[in-house]
Amino acid sequence: MYRPRVIPVLLLQNKGLVKSVKFRNYRYIGDPINAVRIFNELKADELAFIDILATKENRTISIDFIKKVGEEANMPFSAGGGIRTLEDIRKIIEAGAEKVILNSIAAENPGFINMAAEAFGSSTITVCVDVKRDFLGKEKVWFKAGTKSLNADPVKFARQMEECGAGEIIIQSIDRDGTMEGYDINLVKKIAESVSIPIVALGGAGTLSHLMDLNISVSLSGFAAGSMFVYHGDRRAVLVNYPGKEEIVKLFKLNC
Amino acid sequence: MIAIIDYSMGNLGSIKRKMDRIGENSIITSNEQEIKISDKIILPGVGHFGKAVSEIRNRKLWDFLSEQVLVEKKPILGICLGMQLMAKSSEEGNEEGFGWLDAKVIRFNVSDKIRYKIPHIGWNTIRLLKDSPLFEKINLDSEFYFVHSYHIQCNDSTDILTETIYDYTFNSAIQKENIFGVQFHPEKSHDAGEMLLRNFVNL
Repeated sequence: MYRPRVIPVLLLQNKGLVKSVKFRNYRYIGDPINAVRIFNELKADELAFIDILATKENRTISIDFIKKVGEEANMPFSAGGGIRTLEDIRKIIEAGAEKVILNSIAAENPGFINMAAEAFGSSTITVCVDVKRDFLGKEKVWFKAGTKSLNADPVKFARQMEECGAGEIIIQSIDRDGTMEGYDINLVKKIAESVSIPIVALGGAGTLSHLMDLNISVSLSGFAAGSMFVYHGDRRAVLVNYPGKEEIVKLFKLNC
Repeated sequence: MIAIIDYSMGNLGSIKRKMDRIGENSIITSNEQEIKISDKIILPGVGHFGKAVSEIRNRKLWDFLSEQVLVEKKPILGICLGMQLMAKSSEEGNEEGFGWLDAKVIRFNVSDKIRYKIPHIGWNTIRLLKDSPLFEKINLDSEFYFVHSYHIQCNDSTDILTETIYDYTFNSAIQKENIFGVQFHPEKSHDAGEMLLRNFVNL
């Protein structure tokens, strides 16, 4: 039976694993390759790696690093951070990733998504849509690691990305990032019901019940989280963790 | 030795690394001689059907691969697009496939478009329709990783090895004599996927 994926998202600053709260207050978590080994043991569905400094530093996520992940990972993984050319994508796929995650380039030049989907197939191209509310409470698309506003409505932007040929969209709530208080259900639902490509929710998950709450409201292709899979307990001790297969199957039974 | 066919479409490194882990010699190649001396062939592939056909033709491998498979009867495993290429035709492009199977490749035509998004991405189970060495020692509850918008449809039901449900039932693995194909990615499917590759190596 088909079931949604549960996806740990691992943020990198160069080669170190970090975690943020609302895209700020980055805390060093540890060695990402070590985390991959643990997620192998825990049989994680899929992993996502995003180098959040890459765009700012005018480079792409390290190809050597992706190769190392590729050598270790027993599951599919995607990679993003500073990708701006078809050659970047080719190198990342060749290094072992299934998919690339595009953010800034998608906001600045949507036509690039057309080109990328044409060259590598839609299923290789994931667009991460970062969403933040402005002071009036209006949801807007942000890019460059949440430092620039596109002044675009997320539903319209998601539809545009679908038309351009994106194979999957990650909807990330910047306001919920690292809070572990639950997904922004309304935001995710609104977008998921407006497009016909797979949607992955990100931002706010702290417990499995948050995944369940969202799953009851909307059918998604994936449930992603950062803090939840690297922290343990109220004091946020670093501990890489992942639910067991039975837990995951039980989690999604209600809406399958 | 296993020849992993390189036609510039797909993630060949992860298959090679799985072969290394299994302890089987393998080579990523588009060289006739190297394919000829290999015991078995893996035909991977991710991307556009029509483009894949031209890439293989450009490397002058098209007729040679057919001869290896149909005349020499060399065991071959197609993965994802690599399996789809074994069909006669595809809705993705106008080029003809190898036609080793009486089958065509069609785009997913789901009725519930909100629930069943295309591409079909994620973990899904299979139902085994006939005994095959490829699925030996594999727990039948196992999940496999799928990423695809098109699927194969066999006209001869005896060629169907497994079925999977995504809104409706589609053919997720095929076998006809020495010809094996899987829509999912065994190289990315944890232990069950590794066992399947091991079974192919040990044929």
